[in-house]
Amino acid sequence: MKPQDIRKDFPQYKADATMAYLDTAATSLTPKPVLEMVNEYYQVYRASVHRGTYESAERATEAYENARASIAAFIGANTDEVVFTAGATASANMLVYALEHSIDWKPGDEIVTSVMEHHAMLLPLQQLAKRKKLVLKYAQLTKDFALDVEDLTELITDRTKIVSVMVASNVTGRINEISSTSLRRRSDVEGPILIRDATAAVGHMPIDVHELDADFIFFSGHKMCGPTGVGILYGKREWLERLEPGCVGGGMVEDVHEKHAEWTEVPGKFEAGTQNIAGVLGLAAATKYLDALGPAAVHVHAQELVTYAEKELAAIDGVTVLAAPAEHNVGIVSFTVEGVHSHDVAGIAGKNSVAVRAGHHCALPLHKALGIESTTRASFYIYNTMSDVDALVASVKEAKELFKV
Amino acid sequence: MNESIYKQHILEHAQHPHNKAEMEHPTVSLPAKNASCGDSYIVYLDIEDGAIKEATFSGVGCAISQAAASMLTDKLSNLSLEDARAITKEDIFELLGIELSINRQKCALLVWNGFQQALEQYENA
Repeated sequence: MKPQDIRKDFPQYKADATMAYLDTAATSLTPKPVLEMVNEYYQVYRASVHRGTYESAERATEAYENARASIAAFIGANTDEVVFTAGATASANMLVYALEHSIDWKPGDEIVTSVMEHHAMLLPLQQLAKRKKLVLKYAQLTKDFALDVEDLTELITDRTKIVSVMVASNVTGRINEISSTSLRRRSDVEGPILIRDATAAVGHMPIDVHELDADFIFFSGHKMCGPTGVGILYGKREWLERLEPGCVGGGMVEDVHEKHAEWTEVPGKFEAGTQNIAGVLGLAAATKYLDALGPAAVHVHAQELVTYAEKELAAIDGVTVLAAPAEHNVGIVSFTVEGVHSHDVAGIAGKNSVAVRAGHHCALPLHKALGIESTTRASFYIYNTMSDVDALVASVKEAKELFKV
Repeated sequence: MNESIYKQHILEHAQHPHNKAEMEHPTVSLPAKNASCGDSYIVYLDIEDGAIKEATFSGVGCAISQAAASMLTDKLSNLSLEDARAITKEDIFELLGIELSINRQKCALLVWNGFQQALEQYENA
């Protein structure tokens, strides 16, 4: 991977050539093909999809459905198993609402998840548990930030209806290498519903939905070169057919009567209202862009940067690295600096054009489990170089000097 | 952000904050948290005869929120409730004397917000 060449595809480097953008885990930069695709839709064939009978509407519909096909191919899914949403959070909320109204819940039924989850999945599950009087159980972590599989499988009982575990942590970078068989240990025929939040992983490492073998997988487009405000909810076809839609309105019906309505086929039944068409097309362009680079190569590049960053940061007195070793890491390194609050580390880095994130990264239970208030997080992607790591390390040293620690 | 916000007086207050102590018997006390950046404080007020006898705080946070808390608690002590309620956001920015980006303004105002809520709670009690 040649990040210096890749940078030529990202106009934001023209605006600020000196920046060390290490905040892809919050949102990535946007490459030209994505910007061009969004522009092309708005400038050439903007029209509503699935409705008009004129040329631009036909073209928009075709582009929209082709986008679904290429995004599905990118994750190894069947085209009709891919639902467009407004992002990972929208996917998770919609999914949980749909499950709430499609399954027979009994008080005391269980949801098993982990302390490392992002709030996007955790909070909808927590609210569901409250409303339906379910028991929400948390699997803990091992010393190297991995999910404690033994702990998790022990938590799963015959009353467990959902198991939800993220594919990779957005804080420690840890990839949960765990088979779907371990996650569905239950002995009865159906087993728990398996949900995987793949937001930190898709576009950063090879992801194949058949390998993950989950019932539902979701992610955002904007952490993988796509536009903001668009994401995916993947569901196994039989599940998508069984689920009640989480959002109803125009465009997702076969027929509407005064007192009831009939839903259209999957995946359309989950796409009420006018969708983020430009976003969808942009996301498809992002998957094509990443496909050309190769997700495996993207991952290797990030892991090289993780290796270097972990080594350089750990060598600084007072710095504690809270990240998985590179071979199990998606491309994220969080750390603390003794005597300097994460927000001050990030503030000083920001002044030096080093973009990192400070705080909880929407993973409060994880920080509580680790016994820390907050962390500074650097996340690595295709456009990052070893010099970016050097700039981060220099900023950490500057912060220590400034705070005299 | 061209100029550093980490001026000497900010660092001085952040690293050696004034009035940073838990109060054993506060008249009113409230948590002040910013969930996204991990700042978590508790503010304490000792109120007597319509005036603040002592204002203190405890907890963790960045240099800007610490410095703001240190400076504000200095100002609050011996202030009438009316004058304390009259302290505005702009007063806090002036007290800090640094140019703050929109994201860091939240840090500066966190503890001020906590005290304003505590005062409101006391008045409504």
